[in-house]
Order: sequence, then C-alpha cells, then structure tokens
Amino acid sequence: MTRIGDRRKMPGKGLSILSCWAALALAPAMIAGCARAPETDAQGFTIEPDFEKSLQQRLLDAKPGEVIDIPAGKYALSRSLSLAANGVTIRGQGMDKTVLSFARQISGAEGMLVTGDDFTIEDLAIEDSKGDALKINGVRNSVIRRVRAEWTGGAKSSNGAYGLYPVQVTNVLIEGAVVKGASDAGIYVGQSTNVIVRNNRATGNVAGIEIENSTGADVYRNVASGNTGGILVFNLPDLPVPGSRTRIFQNRVESNNHVNFAAAGSAVSSVPAGSGVIVNSNDMIEIFDNDLKNNDTANVIISSYYSTGFDGKRGMAAAYDPFPEDIFVTGNRFEGGGTNPGARYAPLKAMAGGALPAVVWDGFVNPARKTPAICVRNPGAQVLNADAPGKFAKARLDTGLDCAPATRLPAIALPAAMTKDGRPGR
Amino acid sequence: MRQRPAALLLLAVLLAAGCSHAPREVIFHAEDNPEKLSQWGLFTIGEGRIAPHRGMVTYDLAAPLFSDYAQKWRTIWMPKGVHANYRRDAAFDFPVGTIVTKTFYYTTPEGVAAPQRSGAVVKTVAATYQTGIGGLDLTRVRLIETRLLVRRAQGWVALPYVWNDRGTEATLERTGAAIPLTLGDDGGGDGAAAAAFVYSVPNQNQCAGCHATDYRDRKLLPIGLKARHMNRSFAGEGGEINQLKRLAAMGYLDGVPGQAVPRNANWQDEGEGVAARARSYLDVNCSHCHSTGGPARTSGLDLDARTADPRLLGLCKPPVAAGRGTGGRAFDVVPGHADKSILTYRMQSTDPGEMMPELGRALSHDEGIDLVITYIATLAGSCEENGGGGRIAAR
Repeated sequence: MTRIGDRRKMPGKGLSILSCWAALALAPAMIAGCARAPETDAQGFTIEPDFEKSLQQRLLDAKPGEVIDIPAGKYALSRSLSLAANGVTIRGQGMDKTVLSFARQISGAEGMLVTGDDFTIEDLAIEDSKGDALKINGVRNSVIRRVRAEWTGGAKSSNGAYGLYPVQVTNVLIEGAVVKGASDAGIYVGQSTNVIVRNNRATGNVAGIEIENSTGADVYRNVASGNTGGILVFNLPDLPVPGSRTRIFQNRVESNNHVNFAAAGSAVSSVPAGSGVIVNSNDMIEIFDNDLKNNDTANVIISSYYSTGFDGKRGMAAAYDPFPEDIFVTGNRFEGGGTNPGARYAPLKAMAGGALPAVVWDGFVNPARKTPAICVRNPGAQVLNADAPGKFAKARLDTGLDCAPATRLPAIALPAAMTKDGRPGR
Repeated sequence: MRQRPAALLLLAVLLAAGCSHAPREVIFHAEDNPEKLSQWGLFTIGEGRIAPHRGMVTYDLAAPLFSDYAQKWRTIWMPKGVHANYRRDAAFDFPVGTIVTKTFYYTTPEGVAAPQRSGAVVKTVAATYQTGIGGLDLTRVRLIETRLLVRRAQGWVALPYVWNDRGTEATLERTGAAIPLTLGDDGGGDGAAAAAFVYSVPNQNQCAGCHATDYRDRKLLPIGLKARHMNRSFAGEGGEINQLKRLAAMGYLDGVPGQAVPRNANWQDEGEGVAARARSYLDVNCSHCHSTGGPARTSGLDLDARTADPRLLGLCKPPVAAGRGTGGRAFDVVPGHADKSILTYRMQSTDPGEMMPELGRALSHDEGIDLVITYIATLAGSCEENGGGGRIAAR
C-alpha cells in the first residue's frame, strides 16, 4: 500500500501531520485520535503544495496490484491526472472526505484519464473539472465504486460534459456513485460491452445515466431525479461500435424536469425536459419493475434518430439502424408525468386527455422489417403513437402493442474480482 | 530553496563552465532514466550556444504540431552500424539505441539581458528563425524543455527534461511542469497585445496520450518520423536536400523507394493547394488521436492524411461526445461554413473542457485556424436536415 502526501516539507509541522495521516491510513478507528486537522486555505483547500505532483508521480510509478490511497482532504489539482498502468486501485476515504477538486484546473480535457486495464476507483470525489470528470478509454475491467462526480455550482452549461465516462471498455461496473451537474451525462457508458450500472444517484445533470452504443448493460436500482432526462439508451451513427441489449429495472426515475442546459449540437441537447427513460435508435431493450413518476414530458419515450434533428443527409452510415426495435416495457409502476410535455409533443396533450400517457413512441418504423416488435405489457400504461413521420397528423393511442418477446435478455455477469467490494457497508 | 551558500553557487558555475565530466559523445541508456539531460551526452553548451554532438541529425516536418508558438529543434541519433527501415505509412522502424530529441524553445524580446530567465517571449519571425542544424544561438532563446524519445529493446520511452533558469542543465520531470510565460506578437516590443499563458510540459502518461497511437497495444511511437511528414527538403549535411535522401545517404534509413513516397504539403507554402496544406496541418495536429486506432477513434472523426471518406473527415457529421465543445454547432464540418463547424470552434477555444487538441496548448493557433477556415470555405455541399419533423425543442 502506498499513500500520497507523506513527503511533507513543512518544518516543525511535518512530523505531527505525518503521524496523524499514518494513523488515518493504518487504522481508521484512530481518526478520532488525530488532534490536528490538515491546514486549509480560505477556499477550504488542503494546503499541501506537493500533493498534485506526488499523486501524479504515484500514478506514473504504479505497478499492477498497487493500491494508491488518498487521505481525507480537499485537494486542488491544476492539471489532468492520468493513469496508464494496469491493475491499479485508487482509493479515498469516502466520497465526502477525499475530494479531488479541479476548480483551479488550467489544462487537460478531464479530471482523470485512465488507459489501464483492471482499474478500480472508489470512495472519493472528483469536483469541478473543466471537461469530463473521469474518463476511461479502451480498456478491460473498470470498477467505479462510491465515487462522486460533481459540479458544485449546480446545473450550468459551462460545466464539464460527462461525470463518469468509460468508453470502449469491456466489463464495466459503476455502483454507489453520485453524479451531479454534468452538462451532458452524469454517468455515460459509451461503446462499451458487458456493463452494470447499479445503486447510483444521478441528479441535476442533462442526462442522468446514458448508455450509448453499448452492448449488454444492466441498469438497476438507481435513482435518477431532477435531470433533464433520467435514463437514456441511445445509438448514434458514425461510430465504430453499435449497441443493443440493455435492461433497465428497479430504478426510481422521478421528476426529471430540469431545463435542458446542454450545448446545442450535442446529442442530449435534443432531450426534452421531463423525460423519464428514453430509448433512441437502440434495439433489444427491456424496461421493467421501475418506479417512474412525474416526468412531465413522458415517463418513457421510444424514439428514432429521425426525432433528434441531427439527421443530416450525409450524417448516417449505410449500416446504421436508426430505428428502435425489440423493446419491452412491462411491470413498471407509473405515476403522474406527461402533464407539461416539451414543445414538440405539447400539441398532443389535449388529444391524449390532458397529459401524455406513460409511454410515447414517435412512430418511425423500419420499412425493411415486418414489425418493430415494440411491446408494452404494463397494466395501466397507455402508449401514444405520435406519428412523427406524418408530422403528428395521425397521432393516436396505440392499443396494438400488448405483446411480449419470445425470450428475455440474460443478466449481465462480470468477472468475480470486479464485484468484490473490499469495503461493503460504506 | 533559492538561496544557496556562495560556495555551492560557485561550484555550480564552475561545473557549468566545463569543469564537469559531461560526456562529449551521445550515450544510450538502455535501462535507466538519467535524472539530468547532460547524462545523455547530447549537447555541448557554452559561449552562448547549444550544439549537438556527433551523429545527431537535425530534421524538420512538413507541418508541426502547434505548441503555443514554441519553436522545436528536432534531432535524431542512432548508434553506429544500425539503421532505420522505411515504412510507407507508419513511423519508420528504428533500431534499438535510437534517440530522438525535441527541444522546445522561444525567441525572447530584443535586448533581454538574460533570455533564459525571461518570462516574456515572442513569436519567431524570419529574422529570428534558426534551423538548428549546427545547434542554436542562445542570444535570444529561452530553452523550455527537451523531450527524448528513446528506442529501447522493449519499445519507445518518452522522457521530458525541463531546462533550468541558467540554461545549463535540464532535469527529468516525469510529472510535467507548468511554466508561466507571456507571448508578445513580435520582437519589437512595440506594444502589440501580449498574452499571458501557462506553458504545460506534459507528464509521461500524457506523452503516451499522443504517442501511443494505437489503443490496442498502447505502444509509444514517434509521430513526426513518418515518410509523409519527413518528405521535404531541409538544410543539413549535403545542403538543402530531401531529408529522406539525406538520411539514406548517411546510412540512417534503409529502403526508401525511388517513387511513390507519400508526401504531406508544407502547411505554410502558399504555392501548394489549400486543401493539401490544411490536410497536412490536420494530419499532424489531430490524427495521432483522430485515427482508426487512436484515442479519439471513439468520436468517429478521422483526420489522418489518407482518410478520404467525407463522413469520417467530419463533413455533416454530428458530434458524439463533444459536450459543450460543440459551441452550439450541429456538425463537425459544414462545407463552406467554418463559422458553423465544430472543428474550427474547438481549434479556436482555449477552454480545457472544449478545445482541441486537448493537450499541448493554452493559446490558439491563429495561422492554423486561418488555414482550416480557408479550407472549409472551399468545400462544396451543404448539411441538410431531413426526415422526421424537425428537432425536438427543449423547453
């Protein structure tokens, strides 16, 4: 085990602080015995001039199996941190105790960039990065556990785009995390394979949780509230990796009515405020056993890339499938919602009796397929076919979707080492 | 820490003056990463000059990566009896023992007494430009860093050395460094607006962020030492001749074919077409990430010189994960409309959360941006939105 910040150059004070930290690191029970708290500046940052360099040095030197412990404190980082070694764990003292703050960042497109396999990060916070908070690119086996990614000034367009952002990762586990304020998506799993996102809380982001162009994802027991859109499953064109097979279950998706504060042009800028769960252009999706409540456009939206407004004539590869297909909505508990839909669907409200129903489908279908196989077998839940292809002329409640797929998607299984939590109960 | 006993200071001065055992020949370190640049035996410093040691060949590229207007002096050295093998598209295959140096420096304003301590630097112009072939005249130079790419048995290693404030030695800084500078527009000190910025020396992982050009093996490779970047004439041994021919004649490079050697345009040569110049510029500034195996393969934008598919080159391509880097624009490149193109927006931005490239600059490159704007203006076509009833409006 190695620790950051044990080489101090404060004459006279170094020893006592060092021993205090040693006690913290070696025996958490002794925390109460540490008389002296680390010194902080006027903004509450821990005064430790060597911290940044020493942490980056540890990341450069890290060997497989190494655990890099970061003591409690709120540390100001000026540049992106980067880790390329395999098999490294970065561990703080808790998401409210160990804070890596990038409020004073001057360079780097993310707070931390990871390009090593078998990576675990847990029990710390990454705050106020200029770009993404944590990006993991092109590796195997990433665990993000009890990490808070937050922009502390609240929802602002000037916040970084993504909170927790694995892209092209095989085997992803994100659990117990908290994401707030991302100007794009709080948790954004892109182009990845074999993914579990569970027990997280996403609030005040444009998109709370977004699974994009990923294959095989289980998204469950999360709370997504106060975002523009709660949980999104997208497929975008022009990417090397298409996605399918996501299960969204046992989540609480509530009051995702925040005004959209994403930059125009970005994919999520098309998300209407008040979206609970959106499936866009993705295939083989199950939405079941969720509590979906008071999402004012609609609790569930099923749509095509043609509804996002980015379908420039040359913007789509021939192989891209812009239609949502093989979708199953069942056993969810719906309450409220649809009462104040975004401008696009607002004219449909009266037709639907004052509020859009639980499920809104834009109605685009692939002419090459017999049926889109969109099934909604959910007592009490109605489906609005918005007839977007016909400019809403024949929008109607669609009663012909009471069906079920022949087979259900299997649960995602990750390597056992990834799901072993060394600190359960935190 | 700045105050030292006088005796130590004197000792340091004596050492710098040549009383040390600084090697006079290049030394390849096969395993260790020396703490001091001088331990590599690459340069002699004295009498206002830094000069390369025997066997180091200075070279230049058709277009350089923009690095906050820093000048770059590039050299290549390899042990006797070995040579690199030509590759058409990839970096040349260099033998173990090869040492590539890139020294980043700025021109200082005229009349500055101690250029190495000058926080004020200026853009280099014709009158202050140095080829570096015999080294550098340091009269108006502030040395910033020298990066080494060293070819060892296990592969390339990147080592960033940062120069001290006397210009006598550079020290390995694996975690990088931040150096505050002020860039004036020229050497005249005529009141042109000066830009304060922080020059960032990358950490060792960030070196790999660009130089590990294929995510599958994550091996470091040289970026500039490819046929298409090197295929130009430049001063040196044998005169102003093609660099590939020079390297071949010197026995450093084997297998250069007589024809069909790829060539990127000199980005500043107005005798060449705008598209060729812009593609050359985008290739060297972007394609180490924006390529099929690079870190930005996830974006669907591929700016490698060989890419021909307009969609991969960004034409009417919606962004994927640009976030606020879109600048409110809908497509990477809108033909004829640089002002509607995300590409130029991100080149112009200096916000770390928006700008491209992500690393290596704090300033924007006016001349490069002008070139890309001109290039986009020449592109024909338009990005129409069609199909399904328009955009979903956000409330």
